[in-house]
Amino acid sequence: MDWNLLVANAFHAALGLNAIAYAIAAIGLNVHFGYTGLLNFGQAGFLAVGAYGTAISIVHFNVPYLVGALIGVAVAVLLALLLGIPTLRLRADYLAVATIAAAEIVRLVIGSTVYARWTGGSSGFSGAFARTFYNWNPLPAGTYSLGPVRLTADRAWFMLIGWSLVIIIALLVWLLVRSPWGRVLKGIREDEDAVRSLGKNVFARKMQALIIGGVIGAVAGIALVTGEQSVNPQTFNTQLTFFFWTLLLLGGVARVIGPVLGAVLLWLVFSVTETVLRSGASAGWVPDTLVSESQIGLVRVALVGLGLMLLMIFRPQGILGDRRELAFNVR
Amino acid sequence: MVNGVVPRLARGMALLLASVVMALLAAGALGPTAAASGQEESVRGRLEERTADDERHPVAGVRVFVEGQGFVEETQTDENGDWLIPVPQPGSYTVTLDEATLPDDVVLRDPDDNPWSGDVRSGRSQIVRFNLGEGLTRETSTINRVIERTAVGIRFGLLLALAAVGLSLIFGTMGLTNFAHAEQVAIGGLVGYTFAATMGIPLLLAAVLTLLAGCIVGWTQDAGLWKPLRRRGTGIIPMMIITIGLSLFARSVLQAIYGSSPRAFPHRSDVVALGPTRLTVNDYISMAVALVLLVAVAYVLLRTRWGKATRAVSDNPALAAASGINVDMVIRGVWTAGAGLAALGGMLLGLSQQVSAQMGINMLLLMFAAVVLGGLGTAFGAMAGALIVGIFIEVSTIVIPTEIKNVGALAILIVILLLRPQGILGRRERVG
Amino acid sequence: MSADATSPSAPIRAQVLADVPPVPGAPKPDPILVADNVTRRFGGLTAVDVEHVEVQRGVITALIGPNGAGKTTFFNVLTGFDQADTGSWTFEGASVAGKPSYKVAQAGMVRTFQLTKALSRLRVLENMRLGATGQRGESVWRALLPFLWRDQEESITERAEQLLSRFKLDHMRDEFAGALSGGQRKLLEMARALMSEPTMVMLDEPMAGVNPALTQSLLGHVKDLRAEGMTVLFVEHDMDMVHDISDWVIVMAQGKIVAEGPPEAVMANPDVIDAYLGAHHDAPVTEAEEQQQLAEIESDIEAELSAPDESPATEPSTGGSS
Repeated sequence: MDWNLLVANAFHAALGLNAIAYAIAAIGLNVHFGYTGLLNFGQAGFLAVGAYGTAISIVHFNVPYLVGALIGVAVAVLLALLLGIPTLRLRADYLAVATIAAAEIVRLVIGSTVYARWTGGSSGFSGAFARTFYNWNPLPAGTYSLGPVRLTADRAWFMLIGWSLVIIIALLVWLLVRSPWGRVLKGIREDEDAVRSLGKNVFARKMQALIIGGVIGAVAGIALVTGEQSVNPQTFNTQLTFFFWTLLLLGGVARVIGPVLGAVLLWLVFSVTETVLRSGASAGWVPDTLVSESQIGLVRVALVGLGLMLLMIFRPQGILGDRRELAFNVR
Repeated sequence: MVNGVVPRLARGMALLLASVVMALLAAGALGPTAAASGQEESVRGRLEERTADDERHPVAGVRVFVEGQGFVEETQTDENGDWLIPVPQPGSYTVTLDEATLPDDVVLRDPDDNPWSGDVRSGRSQIVRFNLGEGLTRETSTINRVIERTAVGIRFGLLLALAAVGLSLIFGTMGLTNFAHAEQVAIGGLVGYTFAATMGIPLLLAAVLTLLAGCIVGWTQDAGLWKPLRRRGTGIIPMMIITIGLSLFARSVLQAIYGSSPRAFPHRSDVVALGPTRLTVNDYISMAVALVLLVAVAYVLLRTRWGKATRAVSDNPALAAASGINVDMVIRGVWTAGAGLAALGGMLLGLSQQVSAQMGINMLLLMFAAVVLGGLGTAFGAMAGALIVGIFIEVSTIVIPTEIKNVGALAILIVILLLRPQGILGRRERVG
Repeated sequence: MSADATSPSAPIRAQVLADVPPVPGAPKPDPILVADNVTRRFGGLTAVDVEHVEVQRGVITALIGPNGAGKTTFFNVLTGFDQADTGSWTFEGASVAGKPSYKVAQAGMVRTFQLTKALSRLRVLENMRLGATGQRGESVWRALLPFLWRDQEESITERAEQLLSRFKLDHMRDEFAGALSGGQRKLLEMARALMSEPTMVMLDEPMAGVNPALTQSLLGHVKDLRAEGMTVLFVEHDMDMVHDISDWVIVMAQGKIVAEGPPEAVMANPDVIDAYLGAHHDAPVTEAEEQQQLAEIESDIEAELSAPDESPATEPSTGGSS
């Protein structure tokens, strides 16, 4: 086996675009589920509106990059309001069905030919809409080497800003959840009637949490477009949301670092399995059909599915969680 | 206290996974493997007209040209709509469809598709798709359109009801929102396809076998996974997340076995022109089967001891248990029957549309919509909700584009959750 | 007439009500809570149908009645946890009818629940801090700037620790609330409610499920509330307790108020005896009934656990069987 390849692939997977976007998205989900107890199964919808809001406003309306990003965030706030006003009064499992339906509506609409003039329909669109972002790159052009790992200047710049963003968002969330505001959220997670009886406006706090987590999701979507320089409705399917859930549960729910750790580990596992399968195929002990692009995707989904089940059954507190807390988690 | 349960649970999980994988592998071994493309490079495709209700009709006799690498060749589609042109070497080619040779009432859904250009890779048979749809030439009055769509909607609604009853009963008896119910439907479609299309078993017998296979999957699932989890006191939200994991896992296993391209049953039947409706004989048989089974479910729930016990458990599990009902047995029965009905629903839906590993997840939200509309946990509500959703979706295509018809149903789902979360047939419970 | 910090002792307090006629809907000298024509229906059943009732400030009033009398529903309606079909009610002269529950609480009417709502995965001290009202750090923007709320947080913590030691929970301050015993949770819930410095405390069956050893200390805490000038309204089944601590008793049966008066008078009242010993026995008569009641309680607990959100699809989770 080519160890250098394994390390290089693992580096790109665990610290690259996907890990960054997934970590940010899952931090948002952590605000929803981990701290407030909202069962949001439509986080992919927030990423979708963030990504498309940014891409469309830059491509079709020629707004500057940062303004485009702000528009993406604004659309996410709008989606959170639209979604929250009717559903936040519902029982937790109803909210799950409503959010998953809303995310599907978003995906179906942006993928339909009806709005294809703006969205590019089912194949999405690509373009150099994040050129400004890469123009800001102070690193001299060229390739950087770090042992077996090679990075272009643009990739290095993206990772630098991406991880700074992860750290900033994680810090903000950390500040929020250890404040009295965060205490109210955690109270709502445990029993919202009790919190109501203490004179707290539960609906407003849940709405704030939904908006904040949704905006963080939109930032993940914006990171995704900036890195990929393209958008495709299929990216934002329900499976994406479930990937976030898996890595959140893996890292540890209601832990600030949980989603970050989970994202890095998830992509590390993906990358190592893929590299091992591929080198197995070239060595002849893994059938070729298993390593085609679509099959690798399947192996990932199967791993996530199995991982999700095993985690919930055997270690529901994740890596960073405290088993004691779980003893009271009767819900 | 956990020590005793974990090995049992692990054993149960292993049993469950092993049996699911074995069953799927057995079915997959019987299924056709992906068509071998041969050593030479080629381009190929299948021309099918997709009607508004997702039926596919092959389009024969259409001319297709290939050009590129100094090579020109043309061919016509055969009676299955298939065409294939071998090309001399890998490289980029342009494929053009002669729109003049299309039947009058068939048009390209997206004119940008034609011509297609792209690369043919070494040793590959490149698939080129041209999506065809109904032309505007088939003019009908609005009232006829409504009748026609309603008929299609009733068919879809009945099959949706068959698929969704189990979802509703499981919610009723366990309080569990089962995301993996989608895969019961997909298993039914794919296993039914294997029985009827690959093994050539007569359709009705294949349907019975599919029902049984579904029951076995449901029984195994409860025995191997859910019962141990219940005994362990796993909360309802962790269980819900487990159903999501199971759904992802089962779907990718199904897709690994059956491939990602959808398949259509080869069974064609005549169209019965009844007024403006254009349902086929198979459609009517499917509807009759679904109706008989739904009536049977209703009879069982209302008249039999087990059915009454089920309703009692849905009503109030603690009270039911206190009055001597074996709640575990009831839940086992619900899983078995619900999965069987879902599998049969999947097969019957596949008859008129197509089967694939994704077919279940694609309609899961419609099932949720039906179940929520009717009132979570009530079997009759699910049936009524499914009929309403089916008819609504189909009739709405008169005014909204077919491709986003499900958006309307999902929007309705959210509105219902907002206005009347107990559903149309559910009842509000009282305090004190 | 109104209560102040140097409040008189209980017997004198009872004298305040001495001139009040023991009839349903009797006017009180200084009512803190007044309700008129409050009805709440579930389908065809009228759970609450209260014509007029007044609750005197600064005393302990008990709300009693057989199972299904609508006590908890009435409680839920008054505190905004359930919607009334008709009616108006005022708290300290201002209407709180139809107000959301958190506004009722902010107005100074704080309740506890029949099935204790300890916030399990919050530590005991955090439970207490949550109870304080007017916290600057509860605004999402100020939350990000700790220096704006740190001082307030310290004074809240100080108050929380005082209350915890008064309720003998100080040794548990850093434990998860879920780790407390049933009785300790009741104490925590009451202490948490006091953190909001209420003028009126509504206790829904404070003795339910409490270990007898703790009963006396709980009773003592309830009496302390009165001594501090708070008004207490509580729902209770336990007649001994009602007799022991209440200054005034209101009796509900089948949604209506059937009797009012001082404890001794009420217990001798034939209407009350009828209400209790007529068709409805408080104590189960047959084993089947006992099982039924057991199952109902269980299902209530289940509803409580599975549906903590306020959803119209299920019974409001605050609902009890009374």
